[in-house]
Amino acid sequence: MSASSANSAASPAVSGLDYDDTALTLALPGSSFSASDPAADHDKPPSPKARAVGWPPVRAYRRNALRDEAKLVKVAVDGAPYLRKVDLAAHDGYAALLRALHGMFAPCLGADGAGRLVDAATGAEYVPTYEDKDGDWMLVGDVPFK
Amino acid sequence: MSTPHSSSTSSAPHRASPPQIPQSLTLAPTASSSASPSSSSASGMRDAAEDDSDSPPSQMSEDDPGGGGGGGGDRWEPDLRGGNGGAGRWAPPDQVLENVLESVLEFLTAARDRNAASLVCRSWYRAEAQTRRELFIGNCYAVAPRRAVERFGGLRSVVLKGKPRFADFNLVPNGWGAYVSPWVAALGPAYPRLERICLKRMTVSDDDLALVANSFPLFKELSLVCCDGFSTLGLAVIAERCRHLRVLDLIEDYVEDEDDEMVDWISKFPESNTSLESLVFDCVSVPFNFEALEALVARSPALRRLRVNHHVSVEQLRRLMARAPQLTHFGTGAFRSEAAPGGGLSVTELATSFAASRSLICLSGFRDVNPEYLPAIFPVCAKLTSLNFSFASLTAEELKPVICNCINLRTFWVLDTVGDEGLRAVADTCSDLRELRVFPLDASEDSEGSVSDVGLQAISEGCRKLESILYFCQRMTNAAVIAMSKNCPDLVVFRLCIMGRHRPDRITGEPMDDGFGAIVKNCKLTRLSVSGLLTDKAFAYIGKYGKLIKTLSVAFAGNSDMSLQYIFEGCTKLQKLEVRDSPFSDKGLLSGLNYFYNMRFLWMNSCRLTMRGCKDVAHQMQNLVVEVIKDHTDEGESEIVDKLYLYRSLAGPRKDAPTFVTLL
Repeated sequence: MSASSANSAASPAVSGLDYDDTALTLALPGSSFSASDPAADHDKPPSPKARAVGWPPVRAYRRNALRDEAKLVKVAVDGAPYLRKVDLAAHDGYAALLRALHGMFAPCLGADGAGRLVDAATGAEYVPTYEDKDGDWMLVGDVPFK
Repeated sequence: MSTPHSSSTSSAPHRASPPQIPQSLTLAPTASSSASPSSSSASGMRDAAEDDSDSPPSQMSEDDPGGGGGGGGDRWEPDLRGGNGGAGRWAPPDQVLENVLESVLEFLTAARDRNAASLVCRSWYRAEAQTRRELFIGNCYAVAPRRAVERFGGLRSVVLKGKPRFADFNLVPNGWGAYVSPWVAALGPAYPRLERICLKRMTVSDDDLALVANSFPLFKELSLVCCDGFSTLGLAVIAERCRHLRVLDLIEDYVEDEDDEMVDWISKFPESNTSLESLVFDCVSVPFNFEALEALVARSPALRRLRVNHHVSVEQLRRLMARAPQLTHFGTGAFRSEAAPGGGLSVTELATSFAASRSLICLSGFRDVNPEYLPAIFPVCAKLTSLNFSFASLTAEELKPVICNCINLRTFWVLDTVGDEGLRAVADTCSDLRELRVFPLDASEDSEGSVSDVGLQAISEGCRKLESILYFCQRMTNAAVIAMSKNCPDLVVFRLCIMGRHRPDRITGEPMDDGFGAIVKNCKLTRLSVSGLLTDKAFAYIGKYGKLIKTLSVAFAGNSDMSLQYIFEGCTKLQKLEVRDSPFSDKGLLSGLNYFYNMRFLWMNSCRLTMRGCKDVAHQMQNLVVEVIKDHTDEGESEIVDKLYLYRSLAGPRKDAPTFVTLL
C-alpha cells in the first residue's frame, strides 16, 4: 500500500493543490476536484452546489437541537380560521418569510394580482406585524432579520 | 449430549447417539439470562455482560465488540416446519428427552447460538422454539407477525427494527411503512406474559401504546429509538396502566405534540412507590410538570437512569439529584439557570449536589449549556465512564478543565467546536477510551470544519484501546487514518465522514484509498463508513481484507461497478449495505445476486440503476422483496430508479406499501 501506487485511476486529481483557503484556485470553495479528474467522465458528480438530501449524514434530531433553539412562532391573521406556526430559522430573510406566510394564508383569504394578501370584502391589504419583548407592536421588516 | 450444568433429575436413556453440539454453543448463563428477568438491561440486544458505558443509541446498535448481535445467523435456511422432509413417519417425540433438552437450552441466550441449535433437528427446533425468551427481528418486513407467533411459544421480550437507516437522513419519504400495529395486535393475545418491547425506526401510534398497556399486565420495559407517530397522550397511557414498569427509554424519537395539546403524562405514574429503574425522555421536547417529576423520582427508589429534556434549569437539577442520590446515569437537559444573571444557583452549590451523587458514571444533556456551570461536575469526573457533550458547543478552553479529570472515560461524544486542540486534550487524559464520536456543529458540505487529521492522529496516539469511532471533518489525510489503523488494533467500528464530497488527502492530494485500505487490513472491522475521494481500489482493499464487515456505508465513492463486485465477492459476512450517489449501474447490482440471501438488506439511492436491472433481480430472486421508492414529487413512470431497497423476506411483498413504493 505504498503511496506511490495510490492513484490507479490515473488521474492527476489535484496536482499539488492543497486545501489552504488562501491559495488561489479556480474551483469553488468546497467543491470537489472531480471537475479536473479524467475519471469524471465516467463519474459525473452533480454540480458542486446542488445540495444533496441528507448529506452530511446527521440525524434530524441533532440538526434541530443544534440550531439556535428552533425559532417557532405562531402567526394569527385577522379573519383566518386558525393559527399557523412558522419556523423563523428556516428562512434566510424577510422576503422568504413573507413568501412563506403568504403561501400559508392565501388559500383561506385571497390574494390580489400583485401577490399581496387582500381582504376579499374590503380590499384592504394585510400587513405583517409582531409583538416584541416589550409588548409593542412592530411592523415586520424594521429590524435586521437576525 | 453434554451434561447440563444445572441438572434436572432425569437420566433419560437415549437410543441413538445424539448429534454433536456445534462448537459455537455457549452454555454458561450470561447477564441477560432468562432465569432472572434482567430488568436494568440497558444492553438491549447484546448478549455480552452489560457494560458501563451507556450511550443510548448504541444500545440498539449491533456493533458489539464481543461479536454478539443476533439476526439470522450466518446462513439463510428455509424454515424447517412443514412436514415435507424425509420419508414417511417419524417416531413420536420422547417427552422426557424434550424436557431435558428444554432445560439445557434455557441456558442459551445468544440469538446466534439459538439459531444454530434450532437447525440440528426437529426435536431441537421445537425445544428451542419453546424456550426462546427474546426474539430479535432486524427487519420487521422479513417475516409476518403471525409466523413468529406460531413458532415461538414463550417469548418475554421482542426487539423489532423497521425503516432502513437512511430514513434518518430524510431519504425515505413519510408514510413508507414500518408500522408496529400488526405486531402489537399479534403479540398481545400470544404472549400475555410479555415484559419487554424494543423498537427502532418504527411508526408507533398512541393507539399502539394503549394496546401495549392493555395487553401485557406484567409489562416492564419499553424502549423506543428513532421512532415516530406517538405523542404525550400515548405516554400517559403507558405511565398509568403499566404498573410494573421498570424502563421507559425514549431515545431520539420524533414526539408529535403541539404545545397547547400536550398531556401531563408524568403525573400519570402510580402514586405509590414505583419500580422505575430508567426514565429517559430528553427527546420529548415539550415542557413537562416538574413538580410531578420530582415527586416521581422521590418515590422511585430503584431509579438509576434519568435523562430529562431541556426544559430544566440547574436549580431544578439540584432538586432532582437530592431526591435521587443513587443515580448512575444522568441526562441534565440544558444546564443553565433560568434566573437573571447574578441571581440563580452558584457553581459551588451545584457542585455540592454532584459530589453527593456518588454513583454517577454517565453524564449527558448539556444542551444550551452555560459554560460557567461546568466546573460543578468536577467532583464526578474521575468516576465517569461515559460523557456526552455532543449538544454543547464548547471551545477547547472550556473542555480542557473538565476532560483532564476524566481519567476513566470509556465513551465520549463531543462537538467539533473543541477542535483538534480539544481532541488532543482528550488523548492526553483518556487512555481507556473505547468509543469516540465527534459531531459537526455546522452539518453542511461547505462548512469550515473544526477538526482534521491532526485531531484523529492525536486520538490514535493517546487512546490505544479505541474500539469505535465516528468522526465528522472536512480535512483528512491517509497518513492519519493509517496511523489509527496501527495504533488502535482493537478498532471494530470505523466511521469517517469527510463532509465535502470527493475530498482527497489534504496534503498529498491523492484519493483516500490507502487510508481505508489500511484500516480494513489492520483492524478487525465489523462496521465501516467511507467518505472522501475513493476509487475502485479502495473497494478492492475492502473486499480483500474486510472479511468481518457486517455493515458498510458508501457515499459519493468508487469509479465503476467493479467496486460493488469487490464488495459482494469479498465481504463474506456482509449483512447491511447502504450506498448513495455513486456511479454504480445495473451491472454492479447484478453482481450481488448470489449474495443477497446472505444479507439483511441492500439500499441504493442516486446511483445509476434502472427499472430493468431491478426487475431482473426481483425476477431471479424469489425470496427477495425489491422496493423502488419514488419521492412524492416524482411524476409518472421512469426507467431511472432513484431509490432501491431490497431485503430477504419470508413474508413476500408487503400489503401496506404506499403508492410511491413499487414492489417488483
